Amino acid sequence: MEWEKLLKNSKKEWEGLFDKNKITIMVGSASCGKAAGIEEVKKEIEKEVKKHKITAKIIEVGCIGLCYLEPIVDIIKDGIRISYGNITPNKVNKLITETILHNNLLKSWTIGVVGKKPYRGIPTLDSHPMMRKQIRIALKNCGYIEPTNLYHYIARDGFKALRRVLKMSNQQVINIIKSSKLRGRGGAGFPTGKKWELCYKVKKKEKYVICNGDEGDPGAFMDRSLLEGDPYSVLEGLIIAGYTIGAKEGYVYVREEYPLAIQRVTKAIETLKTYNLLGKNIFNSNFTFTIHLKQGAGAFVCGEETALLSSLEGRRGEPKPRPPYPVDKGFRGGGTVINNVETLSVIPSIILKGGKWFSSYGITTSTGTKTFALAGKVKRRGLIEVPMGITLREIIYEVGGGILEGKKFKAVQTGGPSGGCLGEEMLDKSIDYESLQRAGSIMGSGGMIVMDETSCIVDVAHYFLSFTQKESCGKCSPCRIGTRRLKEMLEEIKKGKKVDLNKVEELANTIKLGSLCGLGRTAPNPVISTLKNFRKEYVEHIEEKKCKAGVCGI
Amino acid sequence: MEVKKLLHKYQKKRENLIPILQQIQKELGYLPQNLFPHIAKYLDLKEIEVFGVATFYHQFKLTSPAKHSIKICLGTACHFQGGEGLMKAVEEELRIKEGEKTLDGKFNLGRVYCLGCCALAPVVVIDKKILPHMTPAKLKKIIKKNGMGKITKKQ
Repeated sequence: MEWEKLLKNSKKEWEGLFDKNKITIMVGSASCGKAAGIEEVKKEIEKEVKKHKITAKIIEVGCIGLCYLEPIVDIIKDGIRISYGNITPNKVNKLITETILHNNLLKSWTIGVVGKKPYRGIPTLDSHPMMRKQIRIALKNCGYIEPTNLYHYIARDGFKALRRVLKMSNQQVINIIKSSKLRGRGGAGFPTGKKWELCYKVKKKEKYVICNGDEGDPGAFMDRSLLEGDPYSVLEGLIIAGYTIGAKEGYVYVREEYPLAIQRVTKAIETLKTYNLLGKNIFNSNFTFTIHLKQGAGAFVCGEETALLSSLEGRRGEPKPRPPYPVDKGFRGGGTVINNVETLSVIPSIILKGGKWFSSYGITTSTGTKTFALAGKVKRRGLIEVPMGITLREIIYEVGGGILEGKKFKAVQTGGPSGGCLGEEMLDKSIDYESLQRAGSIMGSGGMIVMDETSCIVDVAHYFLSFTQKESCGKCSPCRIGTRRLKEMLEEIKKGKKVDLNKVEELANTIKLGSLCGLGRTAPNPVISTLKNFRKEYVEHIEEKKCKAGVCGI
Repeated sequence: MEVKKLLHKYQKKRENLIPILQQIQKELGYLPQNLFPHIAKYLDLKEIEVFGVATFYHQFKLTSPAKHSIKICLGTACHFQGGEGLMKAVEEELRIKEGEKTLDGKFNLGRVYCLGCCALAPVVVIDKKILPHMTPAKLKKIIKKNGMGKITKKQ
C-alpha cells in the first residue's frame, strides 16, 4: 500500500475510535492485566454489551503502568476516553449500564480522562499523582493503542522516523543519536550513538542488529511492557539501527518467560512484512531488511551480550572475554550492534524531535528519561517513566505515594541482582548512571523494589546472591566458586554465627575483580552495597544474634 | 511425533539447535534423551553438545511433566512479599520438594524468577494461568478444589 493511503487509513481508524456516535471499550491486556483477571472482565463486558444491545468496539490495549489499579477498562463515549480502575467482573454490569446507558460517569471509579482536558469534573489522567511527574517517551503508546494494530501506531507518528532516516546518510543518523547523548538502557549505559558509529565503520560484509529482550532481572518488567504494549516502536528502532550500521538482518531475542510479548512481536513482524515495511526496498528505497524473533531458553546470563550471541548460535549461553567486542566480531563473526528494548523504543522519537529535544530532559551525563518498574512495599506500584536526575524521594513518595500501611522506609533495591540497596541517605540524591554507581548500585535495566522496616538487609543480600549463584554459568572460577562461598558466609550470618565481615568484603571484591563477565563482576554488589550502607544490621546479626525485621528467625 | 519430519523443517545449522529443542518440548512436554542422537546427526554435532545445551537452559526438562505444574514466582517483589512461604505451603500440602513430581504424576512444583507481574506480588503460575496476590491458604484451597489434595508420596 502507498504511504499516503496507509497514513489516511490509519488516521481514519484511530480517529474513528473517538467518533461521537460510537462507543469503544478498551481493556488493559498486558501480562499484568491478564494476571489481575482482565480476561474474565472482558467476557463479562461482551455479555453485558450483548444483553443491552449496545454497539461497541472492544479492543485490547497494553499496560498504562498503573498496575496497582488493575484490571483497568477505558470507555470512549461522546469522543471522550475515560479510564476506570479495579474493574472486577462483578462491577462490569454497573460500569456498562451506568456509563453507557444512563450517562452516569461513576466518578469515584475513574482514574482520569485520557486527553488534554478534564471532563465533567473528572481530572485528566496526566494529573493523576502517579502520572504527574512522568515524561513518557518510551511508553508514549503503551496502554493507549492496540499493540499489534499497525494503523494505531502509524496514526501516532509511527514510521515517520524511518521514512526520514531512509533519506539521510548513515553518519547523519549517527550524529542525531550522538547529539541526544542516549545511553544504553540495559544497564551498562554505553553511548548508543558511539556504538552505532563503531559498528558502521567496521569493514565487514555481514552486519547484524540485535534487540536484547532477555529481561532476566527478577523485579524488572519494563521490556515486557514495551514489547507487549508497543512492539512497533521497538521494531522501528531496530530497523533504523539496521539501516544506520549497514545491516540487512535483525533479531529480537525475547526470554521464553514472556509468552505474550513473543506472540505480539511475532504478529507485529508478520504485519510489517505484509505492508512491505520489512523486506525488499522498504518505502521504495534501496534498503532491504528482515527481522527474526528468537526465544531465549531461560538463562539469566544470556542478557550479557556475548552470552546472548552464544545462545543465538545454538550454544550454551556462556560469555566470552571481550575484546573482541560484538561490534567488531559478533553474531556469525559479523559486526553486531546489540541494543536493549527500551533504547530502541526511544529512537524513533529522537529522530523526529531531534537530539537536543531528548537531551533537554535529564542531566548532562544521563539524558532523557528512564523507565522503572516500581514494586515492593510502596502504595502505587507499576511502570513509570521519569526524567533522569529525579530523586528517589520523588519516585517513592510522589509517584509511588509512599510506603504501604504507613510503615517506615528502609531501603530501595535498584538494578536487580547486579545492583545494590540504597538507604535513607540516598533519598535526595539524583538518580543517574554515575550517582547510582558511586552508591554501590547500578542503574541496571530499571527494577526498583522498595523495602520497609519488615525487610531484613542480610536476607536481601542473601536472596540476590542465591539468585546469581544459581545463574552463574560456571565457566570462570571466581564466579562459580566465589558466589557459592559468599552465599555460605551470608547463610552463617543469617543464623547469627560469627563471621569476619572483612573476609566477606575481601571475597566480594575478589569476585568483582576476577570474574569474566558482567554477571560475576556485579554479583557481589548487593553484598558490598549493603555492607557499606547497612553494616549495623550485619553486626546485629553476628554480635547480638538478632534480626530486627524478624525475617531470619534467630 | 516423528522426529525426522520435525527436523526437516529446519535448516541444518547449529543456530537451529535451540529452536528444535524448544519445538520438541512444546510437542512432548519434555526432551526424551533418545532423540538426542538423531538431532546430533542432523545438525552434524556431537551428542554431548546437544546434551550440553539441553542441560544448560532452565527451560528444558529431561523428564516427563506432571499433569499440572505449579510454579512459585520468587522474583524480588514476590520474595519480599511472601513467595518463600507459598513454596513451603505447597511443599507441605503435596509432600514434595521443589523440583519434584508427585507419585501419581498429577503435580510438579518449581520456581520461576519473575514474570514481570511484580505489582501483583506474590504470584503463582498454575499450568499457564498467573494467579495474583496469593496466600498459603488461597493456594491450598485451589489445590484441594481441583481434587489435587490426595497426593501423599513423592517420586
